[in-house]
Amino acid sequence: MTAYNFAYLDEATKRMLRRAILKAVAIPGYQVPFSSREMPMPYGWGTGGVQLTAACLVPEDTLKVIDQGADDTTNAVSIRKFFARVAQVATTEATGAASIIQTRHRIPEAPLQEGQILVFQVPIPEPLRFLEPRETETRTMHALEDYGLMQVRLYEDIARHGEIARAYAYPVRVEGRYIMDPSPIPKFDNPKLDNCPALQLFGAGRECRIYALPPYTRVESLDFEDYPFTPSKAAGQCCALCGAMDSYLDEVITDDAGGRMFVCSDTDYCATRVAVQAEDAA
Amino acid sequence: MYVAVKGGERAIDNAHAWLEDARRGDRAVPDLEIAQIREQLALAVDRVMAEGSLYDPDLAALALKQARGDVIEAVFLIRAYRTTLPRFGSSLPVDTGAMQITRRISATYKDAPGGQVLGPTFDYTHRLLDFDLENGQPVPPAPEADAQAGPVPHILSHLGREGLIQAEPAGSEDVPDLTRAPLEFPAQRALRLQALTRGDEGFLLSLAYSTQRGYGRNHAFVGELRIGHVRVAAYLPELGFEIEFAEIQITECESVNQFQGSKTEPAQFTRGYGLVFGQSERKAISMALVDRALRARELGEDMADAPAQDEEFVLSHCDNIQSSGFLEHIKLPHYVDFQAELELIRKLRCAAAQGLEAAQ
Repeated sequence: MTAYNFAYLDEATKRMLRRAILKAVAIPGYQVPFSSREMPMPYGWGTGGVQLTAACLVPEDTLKVIDQGADDTTNAVSIRKFFARVAQVATTEATGAASIIQTRHRIPEAPLQEGQILVFQVPIPEPLRFLEPRETETRTMHALEDYGLMQVRLYEDIARHGEIARAYAYPVRVEGRYIMDPSPIPKFDNPKLDNCPALQLFGAGRECRIYALPPYTRVESLDFEDYPFTPSKAAGQCCALCGAMDSYLDEVITDDAGGRMFVCSDTDYCATRVAVQAEDAA
Repeated sequence: MYVAVKGGERAIDNAHAWLEDARRGDRAVPDLEIAQIREQLALAVDRVMAEGSLYDPDLAALALKQARGDVIEAVFLIRAYRTTLPRFGSSLPVDTGAMQITRRISATYKDAPGGQVLGPTFDYTHRLLDFDLENGQPVPPAPEADAQAGPVPHILSHLGREGLIQAEPAGSEDVPDLTRAPLEFPAQRALRLQALTRGDEGFLLSLAYSTQRGYGRNHAFVGELRIGHVRVAAYLPELGFEIEFAEIQITECESVNQFQGSKTEPAQFTRGYGLVFGQSERKAISMALVDRALRARELGEDMADAPAQDEEFVLSHCDNIQSSGFLEHIKLPHYVDFQAELELIRKLRCAAAQGLEAAQ
């Protein structure tokens, strides 16, 4: 494929993106507007993440793409194929072997390392959006660090439900300054954002926003002293395939009589454990 | 036993093969030619060019064929192609006064210099199915007359001479480009018009209709609607002169709206403006009405809080590639966030049940 530039985007566009990334890294948690391009996949399919990945990729990179934690979900397959085609980079399913990981809705279970880049696909980058629909207002609120509305919202949850009723896209505070939407990852994954050795980049294509967490950034999930944040997952369950107790689990319906099982959402983590167990048994 | 969602890659390949097969349909029926679509489905082609913001009838026809007639999908194909094209620069403003008119009507004056030209319009057709079309009967050529010589001045310029319609400020030299800079609010009018002309026809139609029904009411007359061909030129600094490089068909609408005056402005007519690629008068009129509605704040009108008057609401939601993408993405897997919700609901229900027991 020679009709397109390396990694699809032209170099001027990549430069624009890299400038936005640098600004985002310089102001952790701040949403940097960028002139998002129309991509050959629809908005909502990860165009923000794809643009970030395209801007970061070099020919020596090894790319991993996951959706819902899995390498083999249709959209992950599609994006991985796209870059294999337009950038001819090596791809992998192993978290440890990847230099760039593009993800939707999960952070891998295996700890990330220095030098790795984790690219998140973001649908709605603005954590205050569902409290205030206007961009002009929310930008001012961030500028003034005016986050009272969010605190009240979380307090109302506690008053009504006895806890903060947010299961995913649980808002975080970055280095004690900006409130940030971590993308729709389950709140189980929130602690992995904090003090992470890898660079974490967030791209929202349709909304034209990029933001970032440089390595080892302090990221706190919003809570109250008497109602501390708790990451949660399926209570008291372990993975039916690898037996993991510490991973995030998907619930799978197995019959029409209420039968169900739980399996790791991170397919690489699960498959690696199963392979090690098979080796030990042999 | 649980079967993981394996085989995504093969499923995708098979789905694409099936799609291609379904697109072609019954092989006993001849394959559609691009020229047939371009010539005989010209208004669909025009819509794809307008919302795809790329003037190329052949590519738009190809996109329609590939998209199986799904206009928004065709627009998407064109947009994704357009975004890869280099940007040389901007054309000079087109002179719509020098348009080669194929249709030109005014609802405000019975006659005006240049006359009223109905052109190829559905307006006064009776909507009876023409069963002759089933058999592909030959169509005799339409009667012809000599084209009018000379430019056809804009009808609203007559109002302008009397000072009865608000003069439009001259545009700035810097043309904003929605596709090269992120949209920020408040947006200047040029940028708003750019967003509207690419915007979804159905969305703009409904918004314009809502202003007619009282949500931001501002009665509009179609001062002038004109369709025809204009020349497009650019100034090339290397050569030091202008060069014409295209002739395109466009639809232009200027609405005349009453304005009773405000603290700063005397009573006068004001204008809404619509300009769209191809023959797209429904879109051009809608655009003019929405453009005028969006000027409510600038003109200091009271009660400027209807949806069509809300710049952020209109501009954030008028693009059908953005909206259909985000709408349809909810069919992608959401196992993980749904699982998180499931656990939360179970936990809340459990807590509520325990609370109920404790109360009893």
